Amino acid sequence: MLSLRRILALARKELLAVLKDRRTRLSLLVPVLVQTLVFGYAASYDLNRVPYVLFSRDSGEAATALIARFDGTGLFQRVATVTRERDLRAAIDARRALLAIGIPQDFSRRLAAGQPAEVQLIADGRNSNTANTALSYAQSVISAFNAQWRAAHGAPQPPVRLLTRAWYNPNLVTRWDMVPGLIGTLTLLQTLLLTAMSVARERELGTFDQLLVTPMRPAEIMAGKALPAMLIGITQATGVLLVAQLWFRIPFEGSFAVLYGGLVLFVLAAVGIGLVVSALSYTMQQAMLYSFVLLMPFTLLSGLTTPIANMPPVLQYFTRINPLRYAIDIAQRVYLEGAGPRLLLPDLWPLTLIAVVTLSAASWMFRHRLQ
Amino acid sequence: MNAVAPAVLECREVHKSFGPRAPALAGVSLSVPAGSLSALIGPDGAGKTTLIRLVCGLLRPERGSLRVLGLDPVHQAQRIQEQVSYMPQKFGLYEDLTVRENLDLYADLHGVSREERAARYPQLLHMTDLGRFEARLAGQLSGGMKQKLGLACTLVRPPQLLLLDEPTVGVDPLSRRELWQIVRRLVREEGLTVLMSTAYLDEAEGADRVIVLQAGRVLAEQAPGEITRLAAGRTFKLTPRAGENARTLQARLLGDESVIDAVPDAGTVRCVGAHPQCVPQSGARPVPPRFEDGFMVLLRGHEPPEAHSDIVLRHAPPQASGALIEVRGLLKRFGAFTAVDQVSFSVARGEIFGLLGPNGAGKTTTFRMLCGLLVPSGGVLRIGAVDVARAGDAARGQLGYVAQKFSLYGPLSVRENLEFFASAYGLHGAARRERIAWAMGQFELTGARGAAADLPGGFKQRLAMAAALLHEPRILFLDEPTSGADPLARRAFWRRISALAAQGVTVVVTTHFMQEAEYCDHIVIMDAGRVLAQGTPAEVRARAPERADYEPTMEDAFIAVIEQARAAEAPAGAR
Repeated sequence: MLSLRRILALARKELLAVLKDRRTRLSLLVPVLVQTLVFGYAASYDLNRVPYVLFSRDSGEAATALIARFDGTGLFQRVATVTRERDLRAAIDARRALLAIGIPQDFSRRLAAGQPAEVQLIADGRNSNTANTALSYAQSVISAFNAQWRAAHGAPQPPVRLLTRAWYNPNLVTRWDMVPGLIGTLTLLQTLLLTAMSVARERELGTFDQLLVTPMRPAEIMAGKALPAMLIGITQATGVLLVAQLWFRIPFEGSFAVLYGGLVLFVLAAVGIGLVVSALSYTMQQAMLYSFVLLMPFTLLSGLTTPIANMPPVLQYFTRINPLRYAIDIAQRVYLEGAGPRLLLPDLWPLTLIAVVTLSAASWMFRHRLQ
Repeated sequence: MNAVAPAVLECREVHKSFGPRAPALAGVSLSVPAGSLSALIGPDGAGKTTLIRLVCGLLRPERGSLRVLGLDPVHQAQRIQEQVSYMPQKFGLYEDLTVRENLDLYADLHGVSREERAARYPQLLHMTDLGRFEARLAGQLSGGMKQKLGLACTLVRPPQLLLLDEPTVGVDPLSRRELWQIVRRLVREEGLTVLMSTAYLDEAEGADRVIVLQAGRVLAEQAPGEITRLAAGRTFKLTPRAGENARTLQARLLGDESVIDAVPDAGTVRCVGAHPQCVPQSGARPVPPRFEDGFMVLLRGHEPPEAHSDIVLRHAPPQASGALIEVRGLLKRFGAFTAVDQVSFSVARGEIFGLLGPNGAGKTTTFRMLCGLLVPSGGVLRIGAVDVARAGDAARGQLGYVAQKFSLYGPLSVRENLEFFASAYGLHGAARRERIAWAMGQFELTGARGAAADLPGGFKQRLAMAAALLHEPRILFLDEPTSGADPLARRAFWRRISALAAQGVTVVVTTHFMQEAEYCDHIVIMDAGRVLAQGTPAEVRARAPERADYEPTMEDAFIAVIEQARAAEAPAGAR
């Protein structure tokens, strides 16, 4: 029989040991909040004010209208107007401009004559991501120009008109999916470290022996260690959630019960991994090292920054045992889409499986490390 | 000109304090002549380490003057450090480097040239007998060998003055004797000046001069023989009456105001009277004084013994028929290495059982198996008729365990620690409150404020004992409880243990202090995983070689037993 009293006594002791020290207390909350703010502002694929050079050899009405459109969106900022191709090249080489717009001499004339005209877009491909984004912004400006031109000049509309709507994030703001994704990522970091270090610390100080000679069973020790780590993990997740809602004002569509239900499962899985690490390490240094070795691939292969679908198939398989992958999916979908438990089932059952496997493994290792 | 050897170290009215507490040093004046071995002794917190650190210029005195090798440590610390070698209590050996690499590292740090090394290393390795282990990792050396390596690293550059801070703490008697011989030889043959602090009074007795510090003041600065003479005419031996053992007689004597000190010794009790010619009791037979007796007279003259009440248990442990702990053919293997080989013994209720042996003898492994921290590879291990391997939880509820170093939770307060351990042992509600109140009262813990980590050493040990006794265990396990403790603290500790045993608690203890084996009812000496000798202290002591000049001590017996066994092993290994 496991004794709930003993588990709660250990959990209380763990919390006291962590929270009594002012510095530890701060180190549990402040970095999470700071990282949320930093990620929320810095990690964005959205481009604001794309710097561009204009290389226009046409001063006609249509060319002026097109340029006015670029300048009027607020998305583009003209950094130079050049008259020679050499200057255009120099601006891009020096990274002063991300994009160059070239308008030929006969642009306005051809349009006025009802003929198709050309515009040239040159992008700095050294960063493919930003180049793509900048080009797609420019294309949308040009399609809007096309549609307006046709309407104004009585030209027939094209047979297919494209209507795009982005659901759940209508303006496709990166922050909207990045910040909810952090709920899982930052919680994983701290929960994993906290559990991995807690047993190693006791081993180093010699208090672990003192604990083992009490009638406490390995499973009780594990539960007593897991409980406070989960509590702290959930508190940190709440911190990120609060920043998302109160500071960034990202609208929350789902139910808190569903979100927290998923988080509990996720934190359980993270604690399980932390306990496996702690069962394997003799010193705090080892525990810290193992944790960081795990954290890197967990974060990279979570889908937070790069889509899982773009990864090579082998790595895609690996993401299936990564609890963070599911946590990010749950957080983003509950937050932005308002997904319910039924829709989240494909995330919830793997998390449960990971938690069961890691916790059983840790419990087995604790019993057998006594040999 | 002065004919007396010039003083290498000269202190005049040195004061030093840390924060608002009582000063660490309150007007210390002393001098250390060249080419001598001076021992620095005194209770924990007397200021020994502070004094040594002032000498090497690591601390600044508040008042008073210091001259080290004619230099001023405040302004010329660098020049002093070039000529003085200092080995702190925890010497910074790098456990992941080999013996040789550690030496190289310290030689590099001190800028010792290649040629000097070539001359110095063989000398150091021969002296410490570490030549065979040059390629071994420092982390894999035994405690005694680590200290010897620390000494070798300290001496890579020949110093003018060697400062050693408790170099023999946690080192077994054999290694301690070797280390001590090395230091003596350095003084005799190389004319080195040594100042060493120690908790072992027998080491101090072998020094040229003894400096006794207490509460930051010098009580005495004399030859050891003069300190011994302080107890002249006051030392007696008493034989317990029928039905009384040496421990109970000792406890009775300590309660007597005319007695300064009493310790069990070879089945009798040695005691020191408070006044010359004051015979404490009829039947007392005068004996020649020992250094320790003189030291106790000196200390007690300045500090009356603390008011001490013996621990009183609420409930005596249940009676047991037969042995309470039964060990037969106990075996522990780590891979191909056999750490504990066919160990058998039994312990009865209310006995104090001592487990002795050099570092690496397998006594810690045996101890850990008894507590259920290690699973035996074979043999029988029963506690109160319960097989420890099968019913771990049930057996553990009957045990109390005090680890060698303080291993309660530092950030938690005294009460929070007690609350946690009470709950861990399944106490709750009124029973828990009652037991915590008992422990706080019995172990005088009520005055403690703040985190346990910041409490003074003696306080921490009382807290550890209190935590181990909360659940009224039948058996108390103590792993080197007196390691590093001063003579006064050790006496207070054993008084508590004796009181517990008298009330029926069974005590299993490991120790490096051979005199402390005299407190035990039954002892086992182990080496290389096997039991070499066991029996009552008197039976084991009888194995010491006859001495004409003095009665053999437990330490003589211990060393004789180990050396005989190792000598018998050597030809077998060569075969």
